[in-house]
Parts: sequence; structure tokens; C-alpha cells
Amino acid sequence: MNALCVRDLVAGYDPGVPIVNGASLTASAGEIVAVLGPNGAGKSTLIKAIAGVAPIRSGAVFLDDEEITRLPAHLMVRKGLAFVPQTENVFTTMSVEDNLLLASGILPSGRRAERIAEVYDLFPDLAVRRRLSAGRLSGGQRQMAAIARALIAAPRVLMLDEPSAGLSPKLTEAVFARLGEIRASGVTIVLVEQNARAALAIADRGLVLVEGRNRHEGRAAELLSDPRVAALYLGGARA
Amino acid sequence: MRLQFLADGVLTGAMIGLGAIGVTLTYSILRFANFAHGEFIAWGAYFALLVASALGWLAGGAAAPIGPFSFGWGLIVALLVAMPLTGGLALALDRALFAGLRERASSITIVMASFGASMALRSALEFLFTSRPAYFSRELQIALPVGAGVRATPDQLALLGLATILVLAVHGLLTRTQIGRSMRAVSENPALARVAGVDVGRVVRVTWLLGGALACASGVMVGLVVQIRPFMGFDLLLPLFAAAILGGIGSVPGAFAGGLIVGVAEASAAATVGAQWRAAVAFVLLIVVLLVRPTGLFGARE
Repeated sequence: MNALCVRDLVAGYDPGVPIVNGASLTASAGEIVAVLGPNGAGKSTLIKAIAGVAPIRSGAVFLDDEEITRLPAHLMVRKGLAFVPQTENVFTTMSVEDNLLLASGILPSGRRAERIAEVYDLFPDLAVRRRLSAGRLSGGQRQMAAIARALIAAPRVLMLDEPSAGLSPKLTEAVFARLGEIRASGVTIVLVEQNARAALAIADRGLVLVEGRNRHEGRAAELLSDPRVAALYLGGARA
Repeated sequence: MRLQFLADGVLTGAMIGLGAIGVTLTYSILRFANFAHGEFIAWGAYFALLVASALGWLAGGAAAPIGPFSFGWGLIVALLVAMPLTGGLALALDRALFAGLRERASSITIVMASFGASMALRSALEFLFTSRPAYFSRELQIALPVGAGVRATPDQLALLGLATILVLAVHGLLTRTQIGRSMRAVSENPALARVAGVDVGRVVRVTWLLGGALACASGVMVGLVVQIRPFMGFDLLLPLFAAAILGGIGSVPGAFAGGLIVGVAEASAAATVGAQWRAAVAFVLLIVVLLVRPTGLFGARE
């Protein structure tokens, strides 16, 4: 079953100049799908449009076969679709705990404390820093806090915009390992990445976007070994 | 040196502070300087005057002074009724004017619109109530010594208590409740707040209700210790903004502290260099603080 299904999406801030121009994407339940492509290919706009924060011009988005196209962002979370933006993805003036408490607002009040405790179990580093202002977290911790914030809603689909941006290779590895654990708990993950090789290493499938359209699609291993993809988007020869 | 100016300054400062909380919240959450905020103070006072007069007419004892105070239970009820009414007025003004502009216009257009709304609201008060001053009470009050040679009337002490309770309540709301966290979230990053499930429309509504209600409390205080006039809010507008900026935009404790500083600075200017320098001293202080700390006393450090 498709957890997320996006059909012929046209999206962008200027109606005359769509950044996403007919892209399609499917993610089966429990899958990790990596969205790759050169700069300006529309990867970020694609997931922002799905999440309800960039305007959709045409096309449709389904979450578990329910249409959610153009639903306001704050209702998307309630439907089970969570989004982690690339930058400014935590509230820096609030403590880690307040970031999580805020996100727990969409849950029934009896369930909030319990869910926050569950998420702290996943991120013990955050649990010890719960009183710290999120603005004082290191880059890696901040990315973890952003992911934790999104997980509070217990989403079925988690979308992340370049979670490795600004992180060292070691921290990137740690974040990606965490995504693997999150997927193991049954969450479907859609990942936009510049760091194509690292993303395909944990992804089941990949989608290469060029000029707002699907250019290549396939199993992660196939994409990694496809010379056309490698030459164009994986930074040439293998390291 | 006589410290009497301190008592007067603190009380004026508390009134400015309550109004400045509304200014700072609208500024940080809706991202525009609402020049009509002063009118909520005046309208709040007139709403309370109407309710108090109606109660006095219906029940003879409503206006009879309680203990050492100059006002009766009628004014307390009037305040409790007028606060949500003023909040409703702020909400209605947002629906009628600002909500549509937020979608289509630049923030300077909204600021100008608020200036127009300010004039319209003030003129409506002059039309309805004339510019003759009105009073909640004509009882005389005897100032009691409160220590260090300072005297304060029972009304002044009660109002200071009221202001303190309201500020603590708002601070508690912002730091300990879900709606308060949502307000802080929208103030820092509206896009992320939406993604985190915050209904920004609801946050905007609560902001207007809260700002309007606090402005009303401020107006009733001014009405009780000074007088009720259509220009009473407009005259406080510059001190309101000075207090909000001094405290750091977005900070509720900052706005109240800013109000107290502006109030005391004005009163000390009146006591030392002359009353005509009141406003100037507050602004010199504002400039000095901003030169040293551009984000204000309690502003975010980022």
C-alpha cells in the first residue's frame, strides 16, 4: 500500500514559473525514499508543497489513499504527515522541552506526556538537555531536536529536507542511522538530499528530479550503480 | 530628596506597562506596529464607564465606595465585562481591517491603516461621549503614608495590585500553557509553528483578545486615577511604544518593566527638571538603552 502518493504535482511561489513541474512520487508503508537531483531541481519545493507550506498549482497528494492536497500545514500534522524543514527547524528561543510540548499540542491531552517520554527514549541526548534553550544546541543535536519535534505527532510519514545540511560526515551518519531506526518502527520516510550517496545508502528507493520533473527512478542500489545517474548527480567517480 | 515621584511614576508605569504588553504581542506575533492600540485603552475605559453607569442606575448600591476605595462593586463588575468587550473590539477591528490587509498588503500599509483606525475610533468616542472628561467616581481620596515619606491613595495601591496580578497571569499563560507556547512559537517562526501543528489563526485571535483586555484594564486605571477622555489612549501611545521597545519587542515582562521605567523616568523628570520635559526624558532613556542594547532590555539575543 502507498503511504504517500503524489501525482503530477505542479508547485511554486510564482504561478508563471513553477519550480516543481509535474513531479510524481510514491512511498510504500515503511519505505525510505530519497529525492535527489541537482541544485534548483525543485526537491525542496516538492516536499514543502506536499507539507502544505509551498503553494500547489495542480496535481494531487494522497496520504494512505486519502486526498490531502492543499490542506493547511497545521492540519497535515494531524493527518499523520510530519515535515522537518532544512533550516530554522527548532524554536531557538524555547527550551528543548517546550519545543516538544508545543508539538504535542495536536495530541489528546492525556497522551502528551507519555509521547514526549517515548521520544526522549529515542533521543537520550535531548532528554538530558531538556531544559536547555534549543538555540544553544550544537548542529547535530539541533537536527535531532527537529526530528524529535516532528516525531511527537507520531506521524505515519516523515519528510525531511536535507537533514545532513551543515553536518560533518560523522554526524550525518548518526542522523541517518537514527532515520533507519525510525523507519524500523514503521514510519515511512521521504528524504530530500544533496548528499546522494549517503542518502541512497539508507534508502530503499530513489527519485532523481531534474527541472521539476522525474528523470530517474529506481531501487537505491540500481541508482547507485547506474552510470548516467552517477555521472550526473553522484559527484562523478566513486570515492 | 522627596521620593513621592516614585509612587506616581510606578503607578503611571504600571498603566503604560499593561498597554505595552498588547503592543509588544501584536508587534511580535502579527509583525506590525498597531497605532490603534491606544484607542483600545480609551474604548476600554468607556465600555467600563457604560457598564458601571448602567449598574449604578439598576442597583443603587453599585457605586457606593467599598471600604477606603473610591469605587464600588459596580466598577469591578464593569471591568470584568469591559475587558472581554475591548478584546472583542480588537478582534472585530482585525477582522474588518487588518486580516484582509495581511493577505495582500505590505506591513507599512497595515501600519498606516492602523493610524486611520486610530483616528476613526477616537472620533467615534468624541461623537458618542463628547470631549468633556468623565469620571468613574467623584469621591475624594486621602493618600496614606506607605513608608520613606511616600504617600499613596488606597485606589493607587489597589490598581498596582491589579496590574501585578494581570502581568503575572499573562506571564504564566505564555510560559506554562499550550496557547502561550503557540504564541511564542508564532512570534519566533510562523512557518515552523504551522508545521508543528499550530493553528496560526487561533493564535492571532487570542493575541487580539488578550491585548484588548489588558488595554481595557489600563484604561480603567487611567480613568480612575486621572479622568476618562477620548484622547486618553492616544496620549499614551508614544509611552506605550517606548515601553515595548525598551523592554525588548516580544517580551511581556520586558514590556511591563519598560512601562515602569518610562513611568518613573517621566515622573522624576517632572519632579526635577520640570513637567514639560516628561516625554523628552522617556525618549532620551529609550535612545540610551537602544544604543547600549539594541534588542531592548529583555529582547532575544539572536
